[in-house]
Amino acid sequence: MTLVNAIVQGIFLGAFYAVLACGLSIMFGVMRIINLAHGDVAVLGAYLAFVVVERTGASVFVAFAVAFPVMLALGYILQVTVLERSLKAGILTPLLATFGLSIVIQNLLLIAFSPDVRSLGGAAGVFTTASWQVTGELSISALGVLILVVAVILFGALQLFLSYTPAGWAMRATAEDADAAELVGIDSRAVYARATAIAVAIASLGGLFLGIRSAFDPASGPTQLIFAFEAVVIGGMGSLWGTLVGGIALGLAQTLGAQLHPEFSVLAGHLLFLAVLIARFGGGRLTLRVAR
Amino acid sequence: MTLLKVDQLDCRYGLLQAVRGVSFEVAQGEIVALIGANGAGKTTLLRAIAGAHRPHAGSVSFDGADVTRLPAHRRVSLGIALVPEGRRLFPSLTVEENLRVAAVGNRRGRWNVQAVLDVFPLLQPRRKMPAANLSGGEQQAVAIGRALMSNPRLLLLDEVSLGLAPVVVDAVYRSLANVISEGATVLLVEQDLTRALRVAGRVICMLEGHVVLEGAAQSLDRDRVVHAYFGLGGHAAGGASA
Repeated sequence: MTLVNAIVQGIFLGAFYAVLACGLSIMFGVMRIINLAHGDVAVLGAYLAFVVVERTGASVFVAFAVAFPVMLALGYILQVTVLERSLKAGILTPLLATFGLSIVIQNLLLIAFSPDVRSLGGAAGVFTTASWQVTGELSISALGVLILVVAVILFGALQLFLSYTPAGWAMRATAEDADAAELVGIDSRAVYARATAIAVAIASLGGLFLGIRSAFDPASGPTQLIFAFEAVVIGGMGSLWGTLVGGIALGLAQTLGAQLHPEFSVLAGHLLFLAVLIARFGGGRLTLRVAR
Repeated sequence: MTLLKVDQLDCRYGLLQAVRGVSFEVAQGEIVALIGANGAGKTTLLRAIAGAHRPHAGSVSFDGADVTRLPAHRRVSLGIALVPEGRRLFPSLTVEENLRVAAVGNRRGRWNVQAVLDVFPLLQPRRKMPAANLSGGEQQAVAIGRALMSNPRLLLLDEVSLGLAPVVVDAVYRSLANVISEGATVLLVEQDLTRALRVAGRVICMLEGHVVLEGAAQSLDRDRVVHAYFGLGGHAAGGASA
């Protein structure tokens, strides 16, 4: 029964990782940018919600409704001011630019909010603590269910957007061949800005769940980035549903690893990530990919 | 009436100069063939007209307005459409999605998904299929149809026969005849000299980035064209030496 519990908790944890990873996957899929500031953007979103909660005393979900459009706008501005320029200079420059952005965000948060650890759990009402005790060994938390449901809706909505809307077709077309997309009348810069806006706003959703699940401080971003990155790679880079599957696989590896030994939890996730990396890009194909 | 005017256009890839001081005009309703050996600069010239290559110097005017600085997608909304070399379809999009994604909001006209499928009936059973799964001829039909979706006033065709079986090329050109008969202005690059001379009203021959011969298709005899094509008999312009 503890095994069943570990699997259930692993799925919940994995859904959280999938939400965190979603924006990272979008930016890589559309622009081939690996956003090293993704974790910090998520934490920034959490702070934004935190500020709204502090000022107004509103529920964390109301606070997120305020933060979401702000993060959409920030993402758009980030693309047109920083990432678009860096994209023109080859594949390494966006990596450096987002690495720098990560440091800037962390330090701005440090100045604005001090290194104190914060949490959004207090403002999430019943979702912080409620759970169903199914048996002595198995309990299902309301927050876990919420995150899983939100993750499935999020990925489903993105899939519908990409499959059935003209803006979605334009995004897929630009991701596959930006030059040809321009030639059929698609403004690739606008598509990129839209993609980054969506990615940044979804990252803040991950930040929100991070804040409700546990706590965050200005330096929390890089850890979240690692988990998100592992979820993306395990699921197959650039594949949307793969990211959901990859997140859940990572969550399962961590909770099942913890069954062996509590200290084995995070390591088990890293080992799964390495195993996938070797299986997929093993041997000569890795050098081939890098060379191209 | 002049639809397209290219003036002293220079295009470079780093140090390589692909197009050197090219000037010509295309009138409304004309079919002009651009011929020349590999590396003569034909594809670069078409891409510069479409906005996919930023020229080093010179200008491109369309319908009297200077479009040299406009990005490609803005030129599409003015009515310039390029069928690029190698087709460049979006492989994971279905045939229908490839067509629909190219429908430009502000350009209404005869062409829509149904009209394209009517002209290229071979695509009808393939409309829900990803473009990656199509044969070469079918892909070329989608590429042409995709360009038509913006209801262009100027259609640029880059080697639509490349890599296709002769019988398929015939079918593609038969379909194009329908398009052309509706009064479109076409600038096409074609390797097959006989076909170029038959389809086009006027021929422009390029060599090493220069225009070396230009004239009405009927007025040119094959020998003169072949000489210009390969740079024999002093047709190459003086400035070409490097």
